[in-house]
Amino acid sequence: MEIESSAASTQPSSSSGSGTNGSLLQVRGLSKSFPAERGGLLGRPTAWLSAVDDVDLDIAAGETLALVGESGCGKSTLARMIMRLIPATAGTVDFAGLDVLNADRQELLRYRQQAQMIFQDPYGSLDPRMNVDAIIAEGLARQGLNKAKRRSRVRQLLDVVELSADVADRYPHEFSGGQRQRISIARALAVNPTFIVADEPVSALDVSVQSTMLNFLHDLQDRFGLTYLFISHDMSVVRHVADRVAVMYLGKIVETAPVEELFGNPLHPYTQALLSSVPTVSREGPSERIVLEGDVPSAIDPPEACRFTGRCFRVIDSCRAAVPPLEDSAGTSHHHVACFNYEALPRGRSGTQGNHS
Amino acid sequence: MEDGRTLQEQAGPPQREPPVSGEPLVVESLTTEIRRRRGSFAAVDNVSFSVRGSEILGLVGESGCGKTLTALSIMRLLPEAARITSGRVLLGGRDLRGLREADMRGIRGKDVAMVFQEPMTSLDPSFTIGMQLIETIRAHGAGTKREARDRSIEMLENVGIPRAATRLDDYPYQYSGGMRQRVMLALALLLEPAVLIADEPTTALDVTIQAQILDLILQLRDEHGMSVILITHDLGVVHEIADRVAVMYASEIVETATAGEIFRKPQHPYTQGLLRSLPELARRGTPLPVIEGRVPELGALPASCRFGPRCPNRITRCDDEHPTLERANGDRELRCFNPTEFELRLGH
Repeated sequence: MEIESSAASTQPSSSSGSGTNGSLLQVRGLSKSFPAERGGLLGRPTAWLSAVDDVDLDIAAGETLALVGESGCGKSTLARMIMRLIPATAGTVDFAGLDVLNADRQELLRYRQQAQMIFQDPYGSLDPRMNVDAIIAEGLARQGLNKAKRRSRVRQLLDVVELSADVADRYPHEFSGGQRQRISIARALAVNPTFIVADEPVSALDVSVQSTMLNFLHDLQDRFGLTYLFISHDMSVVRHVADRVAVMYLGKIVETAPVEELFGNPLHPYTQALLSSVPTVSREGPSERIVLEGDVPSAIDPPEACRFTGRCFRVIDSCRAAVPPLEDSAGTSHHHVACFNYEALPRGRSGTQGNHS
Repeated sequence: MEDGRTLQEQAGPPQREPPVSGEPLVVESLTTEIRRRRGSFAAVDNVSFSVRGSEILGLVGESGCGKTLTALSIMRLLPEAARITSGRVLLGGRDLRGLREADMRGIRGKDVAMVFQEPMTSLDPSFTIGMQLIETIRAHGAGTKREARDRSIEMLENVGIPRAATRLDDYPYQYSGGMRQRVMLALALLLEPAVLIADEPTTALDVTIQAQILDLILQLRDEHGMSVILITHDLGVVHEIADRVAVMYASEIVETATAGEIFRKPQHPYTQGLLRSLPELARRGTPLPVIEGRVPELGALPASCRFGPRCPNRITRCDDEHPTLERANGDRELRCFNPTEFELRLGH
């Protein structure tokens, strides 16, 4: 099948990767600030909202990295900067050797052939005035296919997302949420991408539709060798799909680890609280939730300190004096944590329980 | 009825004992129809359940199954196109259906209160939080303005709003999502209703905030002996705080049981399918179990078992007849001709 062969040919080998560590995507020091208030005669910003602050991230080819965190923590902003849908304030994004943030028009077009994004709300991201054929063919426009070839390619893509060919003439409102998500996936696959950013792709779906969609995303990854940046706030979904997890809090990455390590041995106090708060059907007996005090604070002009101090149950003086760097945790180079005073939970108290092997 | 159900079905649910005083809310054979272009359809169909004193009943099901409309029927807050066509809603033994709207207004908030999913749209943006709380107290004619203000501050403190006396004078937009949901709870609880209906009260919130709100609901139940109907699609939330669970599918209740029974030994194939498809329970690297097919449209419900076309346990009878909700072993009610034993295995 065409999509398969071309996907394989655009798959970067480790030698064409940027790097030293063989990652497909390397994010370094990425930051984004928005003006939060303006004042004075010229309306210059007087306060800044630091949505993403000094983020480093590596994604290896073929892996699924889940980016988790609560609403407003900056995960979607981070994803949009990686896709260059919004400009970054500082930092670099390296995709298989390409300097994404400084790419020229031609390079950017090539980047968009390899990196695609799917969104939470498939209705909002599909133009209601375009039929399915036009929506999917939009992505094919730059491939210089003639009309007949384009048509057959659209059919092929519909087949990949398990929709029948006769839906091509229909409009987004005629479909269920799960079907709309399939249409947006078909559009993303039209260019044979190697890397997909999926921003809460199943959050709007009912449980029974969600499981079908998760299976489907997994099959696509196997079939086309895709690399996923999977953004989600649902920890049980993340546990099922991710190879590695990065936890964000108020614009900073506070912990990264392989999925079983993160769920089995969360180290950052925020990760510990987050996992213990996830309602589960498998936890037996009374839950031992770590209930955090207070609300998620605002990211406007955050202090030069740990951003979690206001809600943290392990805060010490140094937390208020400096920003804790994301560093290797004791004993492993795969588990990084940004905390001056972390401590592993006693065994058996780690997060969503009941399903360890 | 338009789908030609059997006489047995029209005769209603399994015979119940008359409501005992331990059941502040009893819903009996409630049917609510919505008017569509092609006719009227039962979006709540012959629904019966009760809520016991100090009990948290989880009402679960996927979008469009009729759970919110059930709540709105109880509150008599139905949208224009919907109306109750049969059944009874007994609150403390009194049938709410027979009440005049003026009497109903005196009951809402005082005897039964409802919290909605989106607190921003249920709070009036042009009045301060304090005005909305004080008005609610005064509308039910209790005490002076000063007393109402004190009571409002007390209630905001109860739901965990810091600096309540100052924040009383803030407007809704000055509150965060979690804080607004607390205010909604404070509003709903001001008059200490016997029954609280909470419709997806934490769905729009982050999990760490959700944990706070769930703890609060538990605490208020324990302190005031309030009964709660918790409507949600999140089975995890239900498992955490519900005592009993009613599962809805395509306008009907298909299974009711204690939370322990529902989560450990679900018997209806739909309940089983829902639980099985949770990523939390699946083994990593293996496909998630799915429920084949799709929820039927309201205007195209099968006259036989509504879950039949998607059911792995289907037998011939399921294609011919509409199953009724029958009392099964113990505290369970079940709408199924061919239930199977199923022990939930916790995998990974």
